[in-house]
Amino acid sequence: MAEQLSTLQPVTIPKQESTPRTILSPGRFWAWLVLVLLAIVWIAPLLWMISTSLKTPQDLFGSNWIPNPIAWDNYVDAFSFGMWERWWVNTLIITAVSLAGVVLSSSLVAYSFARLRWAGRETLFKLVLATMMLPSIVTLIPQFILFARLPAFGLQGSDVWVNTFLPLTVPAFTANAFYIFLLRQFMRGIPNELTEAAKLDGATEFRTWASIILPLSKPALAAISIFAFQGAWQDFMGPLIYLQSENLYTLQIGLRQYEFAFGGSPAWNWLMAASLLVMLPVLIIFLIFQRFFIEGVTLTGIKG
Amino acid sequence: MSTQQIPVKRSWFTPARREAFNGWLFALPWILGMVLFTAGPMLFSLYASFTRYNITTSPQWVGLGNYESIVNDDFFWTSVYNTFWMVLVKLPIVVVVSVGIALLLNIELPGEKFFRSIIYLPNVLSGIATIFLWQWILAPNGLLNRGLALLGVDGPGWFVDPDWTKPGMVVMGMWWIGGNILIYLAALKGIPRSLYDAASIDGAGNWSKTLYITLPLLTPAIFFQVVTGIIGTFQIFTTAYVLSGTDSATGGPGQSMLFYVLNLYNRAFGRVGPAGFQMGYASALAWILFLIILAVTLVQLALANRWVYYENE
Repeated sequence: MAEQLSTLQPVTIPKQESTPRTILSPGRFWAWLVLVLLAIVWIAPLLWMISTSLKTPQDLFGSNWIPNPIAWDNYVDAFSFGMWERWWVNTLIITAVSLAGVVLSSSLVAYSFARLRWAGRETLFKLVLATMMLPSIVTLIPQFILFARLPAFGLQGSDVWVNTFLPLTVPAFTANAFYIFLLRQFMRGIPNELTEAAKLDGATEFRTWASIILPLSKPALAAISIFAFQGAWQDFMGPLIYLQSENLYTLQIGLRQYEFAFGGSPAWNWLMAASLLVMLPVLIIFLIFQRFFIEGVTLTGIKG
Repeated sequence: MSTQQIPVKRSWFTPARREAFNGWLFALPWILGMVLFTAGPMLFSLYASFTRYNITTSPQWVGLGNYESIVNDDFFWTSVYNTFWMVLVKLPIVVVVSVGIALLLNIELPGEKFFRSIIYLPNVLSGIATIFLWQWILAPNGLLNRGLALLGVDGPGWFVDPDWTKPGMVVMGMWWIGGNILIYLAALKGIPRSLYDAASIDGAGNWSKTLYITLPLLTPAIFFQVVTGIIGTFQIFTTAYVLSGTDSATGGPGQSMLFYVLNLYNRAFGRVGPAGFQMGYASALAWILFLIILAVTLVQLALANRWVYYENE
């Protein structure tokens, strides 16, 4: 008797919904329809971009989504103006170096905040967080002044850092507050036992960081790498301010110069073709690593 | 196991001290960056704001001269108006629409992952290429106006009409709310079902549940988005610069796209005003902006207590 009584659990009966919960229920169907419409509206600009890039100049003013005829040549002709081979290499170099720099330095700094104990750690971390709110414009002008005076000894043909890749790559090695924050949160979750075992075996901090913490932080490092890649590849203001010679331009600046190469109205079909190709690397990386992107975004919102 | 005697090191460098040393060492990249590229430059720009400085010659002290010129400059006030317009119009729209779509996505419907990817896709694509795309879509005879014509609506000139450039930027900006939506969606999924079940027992309908459970519990996420959104919107540059094309020195048609940072850039690099770079003037502008953003953020933090609901209070 006693056992039977103790197995009696209080049961909450949720209010029964009047219609069965299937796809066909009217409310859910309309919601789903709205979602489908939204998806169409969201992807339409991209489809229109592809469509425009394959149109002949006459076809441009038509409202057809499928070009007639399909002008594959646009993708060749679009690059007949401008120094595209140089621009693409420049962008690649700047992106690769700043990506490596920011991931390396951010993981080192995050390790310090997450796994080491030292006086002043919490205060300094609050400062890191504060700089996340700092409008970049406040440092932009003085940084330009600094880089306009800092000698470059003839690197890339320039006496000073301005008009070289240096202002766009070297600062990346001083880490990024946002990535430090993300990595620290992640690294704190790694069990202490693992690092303690290593310390007992005499591992240095550097060894611990490199051989234990880094490999275990791969998901966070991946998310950061994707953000950093995207940020560097699509940076406009930095290259605009610091790169003055045409042969040093990145794809973003080159694309904009390209718009003006046609005097008044740009050749929209060529411009769309060139724009698509400039966007392509980031798009491909997103499609492959979708999961990390979205995880990275939600990581920031919840902790914030 | 070693059979050697291991000497006990009694050095000043204890494990705790070593850890502290390493702590500072590993944090050094950021500390150096902070001093060299942030704090140092900021202090210099504060000084520069009281000078006339064109980089090639040394700074000339002018006291409050720059600040006076700023207050007397029409472009400055235009830029302040345009920037505040954007903050006050764009943000509420973005919050309402993002939360709405997030609520929609939160209902378990088939294909949810697919919808999420599509809606987030534009956030991956930023940069000049997308600005050109929207310039093309919002052209007077572009895709949007053709679509509106089908509905019998006569679309405006968007980026060529001074009254419609900023609304055009808002329309364009909606393409990128995917990130906001995903953050709200994550917050929604964190709301315990038991709350809704308890409300159901008390007879609450869907509308009440949304109003009294969902929305209050979303306020922390909304607050975070609003604060960061305001800071970001105050700094609009690239879009305005590209869309105003050859008129970027004056901010496009009717100066309607002359935002604060665009004006700052124009001044810094001598595209308007007296000849040559005006780094001193630009530094003053930058500090004013910093103070505006700081003030707005502090006001928000103070108001937060009134409307942001934290579960563990």
